[in-house]
Amino acid sequence: MTLMQKFLSATAAVAMTAGAALAEPALIFDLGGKFDKSFNEMAFTGAQRWADETGGTFREIELQSEAQREQALRRFAEAGSNPIIMAGFAFASALEGVAKDYPDTKFAIIDMVVDAPNVRSVVFNEHEGSYLVGMMAAQASKSGTVGFIGGMDIPLIRKFACGYVQGVKAVNADATVIQNMTGTTPAAWNDPVKGSELTKAQIAQGADIVYAAAGGTGVGILQTAADEGILSIGVDSNQNYMHPGKVLTSMMKRVDNAVYDAMAAGADLETGFNVMGLANGGVGYAMDDNNASLVSADMQAAVDAAAAKIGTGELVVHDYMSDNACPVE
Amino acid sequence: MQKMPQWADVVLIPLISLILAATLSALVILGIGEDPIAAVNMMIKGSLASTYGWGYTLYYATNFMFTGLAVAVAFHARMFNIGGEGQAMIGGLGVALVALYIPWPHWSLALVFCTIGAAIFGAAWAYIPAVLQAKRGSHIVITTIMFNFIAAALLNYLLVNILIPEGSMDPATANFPEATHLPTLHDLLAPFGIKFSKAAPANVSLIVALLAAFAVWILIWRTKLGYEIRAFGHSESAAKYAGINPVKITVIAMLISGGLAGMMAINVTLGESERLILNSTEGAGFIGIAVALMGRSHPFGVILASILFGFLYQGGAELALWTNIPRELIVVIQALVIMFTGALDNMVRMPLEKLFVALRKET
Repeated sequence: MTLMQKFLSATAAVAMTAGAALAEPALIFDLGGKFDKSFNEMAFTGAQRWADETGGTFREIELQSEAQREQALRRFAEAGSNPIIMAGFAFASALEGVAKDYPDTKFAIIDMVVDAPNVRSVVFNEHEGSYLVGMMAAQASKSGTVGFIGGMDIPLIRKFACGYVQGVKAVNADATVIQNMTGTTPAAWNDPVKGSELTKAQIAQGADIVYAAAGGTGVGILQTAADEGILSIGVDSNQNYMHPGKVLTSMMKRVDNAVYDAMAAGADLETGFNVMGLANGGVGYAMDDNNASLVSADMQAAVDAAAAKIGTGELVVHDYMSDNACPVE
Repeated sequence: MQKMPQWADVVLIPLISLILAATLSALVILGIGEDPIAAVNMMIKGSLASTYGWGYTLYYATNFMFTGLAVAVAFHARMFNIGGEGQAMIGGLGVALVALYIPWPHWSLALVFCTIGAAIFGAAWAYIPAVLQAKRGSHIVITTIMFNFIAAALLNYLLVNILIPEGSMDPATANFPEATHLPTLHDLLAPFGIKFSKAAPANVSLIVALLAAFAVWILIWRTKLGYEIRAFGHSESAAKYAGINPVKITVIAMLISGGLAGMMAINVTLGESERLILNSTEGAGFIGIAVALMGRSHPFGVILASILFGFLYQGGAELALWTNIPRELIVVIQALVIMFTGALDNMVRMPLEKLFVALRKET
């Protein structure tokens, strides 16, 4: 290596670290708020992990109104934040406009695809993860009836439900799946009381496993399931610990990893389409000491086999959002 | 006899209430270890010191003008329309249907017909509670607030199942065609050589809101119908005696109120998001109550109160962006202003009235 090369690379390194020091990443939470025990909180956890590990700092904002989506994006971009990460699909239309105006800023959007050269679109294969926990539910169920309780009735949650039902039916074609949504407004993400009522209603109909894909509402679902002596399935983060021995498993959606990866990449964030599926640990089912006694070796083997088949493409789980319809009920 | 001169009622009381609210907010900010003066500076700078800030302040203010006027008109007939939120949501549906399914050649036509669509849908949503109140005596406060939930559920059903474009994740309609996009204040002011921020969402709906305020003033104080509404509001039995049909006045006042609330949707739906989203009203219907209370149900007062609340919203956003003040606290500050100007109005009014009466006796 010649002196000149050394000099150049050193300058480049200095320039890059200087750039990295200047451009602190920004994270924008959706209207649900930072501490929703679910989606937004996972994003925050990922960002915090990055900050703890690297000693870096990041900007953040919890939105209060729809008009603030574009506002926050522009203000952070103008202030030099890079990359700017958005937790939530609802940012898509705002981002489409803003991304064009700040070509040198990198953006990452979770749960949505925005086609722009400086945007990373992170989507999760929730239907695959839900399929696996659906299989486990059908295997663990004694009554042949299992439940699903969603949060707000939107396509994304129906995607969870559809994957779950497919998983259940794959194991036991005669199984009954009772489906309920908590509500139709964003308040449905944070209504543990309603979640508890729905759980009781499903138990009355014979359900002995209930899958909660409902954000903060899930706290009430898991609690009631534990009180009533049936099993529940958590969502987003590993919620097995909340009621040890009473939570069959959790369908993990690693939003934290997505945020962590984006922050770690910094201004060099690789843009484009980023699918977080079974293969790269984006989704999966949670196993730990709390549920080890509930999941038999047979169950785990069956689920792992299915996961492998999904990974190779041999088994295709229908994605509700591809045609807004579900082949099974 | 009036206990206080007009100016004290219109200017002094709101001002004192505001100062009280600001003082309490400052104490709260101090309590969480932030600098209240810096915070106020940031709010003012972020919302009033640039055309960008004004653009957002006026955008929010436009919403509050519509909903504030809606509540004010109902107040004149002694009715408490809490359903502005639902009426605005359904108004949004009217805007979306008109904008999506009719190919408009120019935004001005789209604006006129979307406004009509929004008003009709909003009024229709207010019609059922109005009839229930007029004919059956079902209390309007209860029915309108229940209709808010029905509106949310209906809109959610339509957006998730019917109006959503294929393959989309977002419960929202498709984007409105290019021709219906309303000009922002940037576009409107550019021909006059005034530079206005391009990023801000304030748009031509602001002018519609001001026109609506003027129309409400004419309606209430310069027309026979307005007289009947006010007479009915002051005393139902006297109004009946004077030959005013209470059923008719109740329904008409609520239709106007609902129509105004629905028109809010042209600002958020046609002006800002350019498609119908699930959560487009975000509480403006309720803020309208505070705005109408603070503005003493007078259109001019409503305009001023709207700008104040626009300032609180935009200033609050700036605080959330650049400080560590959590958003819940920003809501607390906004709530303090509402509490002092709306609910605790008499706390300021009564001592002031006594003061003025005492002063008058001396002279």
